[in-house]
Amino acid sequence: MRAEALRTLIDLAEDDSRIVFLTGDLGYGVVEEFFRRFPQRAFNVGVAEQNMLAMATGLAEAGLRPYVYSIATFASLRPFEFIRNGPVLHQLPVRIIGVGGGMEYTTNGITHLGLEDVGVLRTLPGLSIICPTDTPQTRSVLEATVDDPSPIYFRLSKQELALIEGREPGWNLEGVDVLSNGDGSVALFALGAAAAGLPLIERLLQEHGVRPTTVAVSRIAPSPCDTLRSLAERHQLVVSVESHYLAGGLGSLLCEVIAEAGLRVRVMRCAVELSPNGIFGSVAHLAKWAKIDPVSVANRILLALEKRPTDTR
Amino acid sequence: MTSTPRPAHDQHSIDSVALEIRRRVLELSFRARVGHIGSCLSIADILAAVYCSPQFAWTSRSSDRDRFVLAKGHAGLALYAVLEAIGAVSRIDLDTFGTDGSIFGVHPETHINGVDFSTGSLGQGLGMAVGAALAAVIQGSDRKVVAVLSDAECNAGSTWEAAHFAGHHRLPNIVAIIDVNGQQALGPTRVILDQEPFGDRWRLAGWEVREVNGNNTEALSAALAPSSTGPVAVVARTVFGAGVSYMEGQLDWHYLPMSVEQYEQALAELGGASAR
Repeated sequence: MRAEALRTLIDLAEDDSRIVFLTGDLGYGVVEEFFRRFPQRAFNVGVAEQNMLAMATGLAEAGLRPYVYSIATFASLRPFEFIRNGPVLHQLPVRIIGVGGGMEYTTNGITHLGLEDVGVLRTLPGLSIICPTDTPQTRSVLEATVDDPSPIYFRLSKQELALIEGREPGWNLEGVDVLSNGDGSVALFALGAAAAGLPLIERLLQEHGVRPTTVAVSRIAPSPCDTLRSLAERHQLVVSVESHYLAGGLGSLLCEVIAEAGLRVRVMRCAVELSPNGIFGSVAHLAKWAKIDPVSVANRILLALEKRPTDTR
Repeated sequence: MTSTPRPAHDQHSIDSVALEIRRRVLELSFRARVGHIGSCLSIADILAAVYCSPQFAWTSRSSDRDRFVLAKGHAGLALYAVLEAIGAVSRIDLDTFGTDGSIFGVHPETHINGVDFSTGSLGQGLGMAVGAALAAVIQGSDRKVVAVLSDAECNAGSTWEAAHFAGHHRLPNIVAIIDVNGQQALGPTRVILDQEPFGDRWRLAGWEVREVNGNNTEALSAALAPSSTGPVAVVARTVFGAGVSYMEGQLDWHYLPMSVEQYEQALAELGGASAR
């Protein structure tokens, strides 16, 4: 998604002189072309994410559209208070691009994983949080939000992910795509890049006679509460899947929506429950370790429905 | 370009603006029973020099007006007083300072006419100022940016992140004034975390350094011109609580409100009753 994000920004910047790009010394192989094309509007601020956000505030106050870029955890946690007192307090159109949200910088270890970005940023009223589900949607999202006057956090995968099976091309501003309507037993919601696993989870469940409703969620804030509630209330079990710690992400949002509406629906959150301290390997390895890979999720759902799980081999 | 009246630029009127800032700081903090008086008094002369300088246009509604950032937001009351002196803020509005429903709190926010950046958390203002200066460069505008920092704010790594960016990119349109009043929240800066020699630190970060007596408006006025070759740091040596003898250099006045007797003595030292 990050390569497509930069291609999209180049296309937008061609006609929009407000667009300025800042990186905290990251984006090798991805950001160079923007620097080549727009040398007057591209800056490497160095390893200085706090200043990157403070500067973006000053740039946006003057009418520019700064896009700041870093690895998700460095783009969100390090400068958190600068996001709060800068773009959010001033309500300025700063765009924060956090790359590799979840467990994508896998061999780098926990310091490079973005497992609380959504939860931490979601505490801030006035900050939009958008997590594109696939590469084509990344372009649609960036194009659709270029004139949005509010600050936005984009949580991007560093993988290139094809349009998800069953998803309408483009992006609806609400950020909720229903991929399939099920039999009323399970509604399965996946956040951002985790939605790529939905078709496989669906197939695994169908082998056991369960037809889930599958929903790809690309917006966390402002929260699409009404849509989430109306989907949840038609099901017995609501399941969330996300590459994020248990607290604060999509699962938490669904719990809030369901509890506040007084729905009698059980919720099962599939998220990262333990610190991946000392856990290294591929994206698939870490997902399996956290039991958020499609097979683990399908089996957890079958157990919850009191059906016999699939053989995980 | 300026839409509101500005005082004349002679030294006498700059000093009278500084005196009026001090009186209003005392009057309003006494009434609201709030502290930070010492910090407000130490920058009264800096604000008078900056806001009376013919080099800057502060109060225009044009997006091409110059930008001011009070990085040491805890001296917001002194900023309000100078905004009142130049006509950006009305006396009747500022009289609400510290009362229920007022837009004037201890730390300045952008709801106030003349305040472009909300501040209060130390170490965040210079980065916003550097962004504002970079924006002017990108947009081909000749507008300028002035930031006023506290010396303790230079404890913060983020201040130096911003300083290094401006120095590296030789931003020609920014002046940072560091209010070296030697006090921070729990004691003298030399004892808490010594940052001397201040001038050398800023010079190493790529800034042209001008060291002045920060309670002398003439020296300050002469030091405010931006440099076409890079960022300018004015290291302003000030006295914490300047102008009120029992506050000068006394840490308590970071916190304490004044008693009636203390308030009357302070006003008397400034040359009589409130300018009202």
